Amino acid sequence: MNSFKPVKKPRLDIDRESLIIDVRRQLDMPSRRLFGQRILTLGGLAMMTGCTLVDDKSVDTFLTRISRMNDTVQGWLFDPNRLAPTYTEAQITRPFPFNAFYDVDQAPEVDGNSFRLKVSGLVQNKNVWTLPDLYALPKTEQITRHICVEGWSAIGRWGGTPFSEFLKRVGADTSAKYVGFKCADDYYESIDMPTALHPQTLLTFTYDGQQLPAKYGYPMKLRMPTKLGYKNPKHIMEIFVTNKFPGGYWVDQGYNWFGGS
Amino acid sequence: MSTTILHQRGPIIQPFWVRLTHWLNALAVVLMLMSGWRIYDASPVFKGFMISTKITLGGWLGGALQWHFAAMWLLFFNGLFYLAMNIITGRIKTKFFPLTPLAVLRDLGEALKGHLSHADPSKYNAVQKFAYLFVMLDITVLILSGLAIWKSVQFHILRDLFGGYDFARIVHFGAMSLIAAFIVVHLVMVTLVPRSLLTMIRGR
Repeated sequence: MNSFKPVKKPRLDIDRESLIIDVRRQLDMPSRRLFGQRILTLGGLAMMTGCTLVDDKSVDTFLTRISRMNDTVQGWLFDPNRLAPTYTEAQITRPFPFNAFYDVDQAPEVDGNSFRLKVSGLVQNKNVWTLPDLYALPKTEQITRHICVEGWSAIGRWGGTPFSEFLKRVGADTSAKYVGFKCADDYYESIDMPTALHPQTLLTFTYDGQQLPAKYGYPMKLRMPTKLGYKNPKHIMEIFVTNKFPGGYWVDQGYNWFGGS
Repeated sequence: MSTTILHQRGPIIQPFWVRLTHWLNALAVVLMLMSGWRIYDASPVFKGFMISTKITLGGWLGGALQWHFAAMWLLFFNGLFYLAMNIITGRIKTKFFPLTPLAVLRDLGEALKGHLSHADPSKYNAVQKFAYLFVMLDITVLILSGLAIWKSVQFHILRDLFGGYDFARIVHFGAMSLIAAFIVVHLVMVTLVPRSLLTMIRGR
């Protein structure tokens, strides 16, 4: 390469040469050098998230704000006529997994005979509903995929009545923003009105052709194949329509409210 | 002293927008990886394979999801801006092409023997061209498969493209593994050619 025999590989020579230039420049410009150091330190700080950033209250507030912004974006993305895929009976996941914030043997036992569904908020008809009243509503069935926020999914078969039909019967103000649920297991949840009116949103009383067992939410579960599992309340005791954001059991702990798929 | 002045006034190799988008992308990818690993652990795609929570972000599933769905906006819009600028300025053509498989293999062989030259930092060698184009494609696959998982009902075309909800998770994991591998190689190369780090910071 040069007239003399290189002791080291040419690549290293070039690097050393440029390094000398860099070093000379950096010594000339202490402020820029400091700036470069700070940039590198910023990367180091970011890696220490475990002990600083995550526990920071302002970061938490910021992330919650973004999550609420994501609710709005998901509202835009939601197509009220787009149907979730349906499956055949052979594709049903057996056994269908139990999932709740408690163990399966702690699932609440609701007495069907004395059960009365309360309806409140922005509705015209606030009469309570007995189970026979509810069972008399128009029936439909669907085999859809339940997608858990954790990532797993399972296909199940639910039967009940279109929720939009139920909302019509109670004279719900469908221009209201939210429909909320209070459950026998102290769970609570709320959904947006467009999802409540979606044709696949069912108030379900059966699972796989049988009366909904306690582990799957007796006496009823709101089943929405357009939302993640935690958005589907079980053991519903009260349904209310409101414009005041009701939150939800997991949502209040940090899960995204819209939770749509 | 004359060389110093000459060097200072030397041409900008990486324009400001390239450096800005590079570092923003680096930040977004690190946040996405670390939070994504915590989400993965909540229900591993590959049973038995878990990622140590020491290197994850968010503390719990809900926190990790918040980070993931916040950093995704940075990754998406920064990536979109980067691609748009590459096309508008014609950089994609001048910097990354021509590129032939033969040239990649040749330069890869040279690199493994330690002969590959980084003498002219304004030009990428074939391995660099391939690696950077690959990472652009990989991030695109990550974003699209991520959208298919996030909105499997609304983005039904993406869901079908990735072979259904469950398979989209496998694609997402695979693309993540590839970008993690890229980062390892990328960082090794930076330690071997430290000047490239300075170029990516101050442009020269």
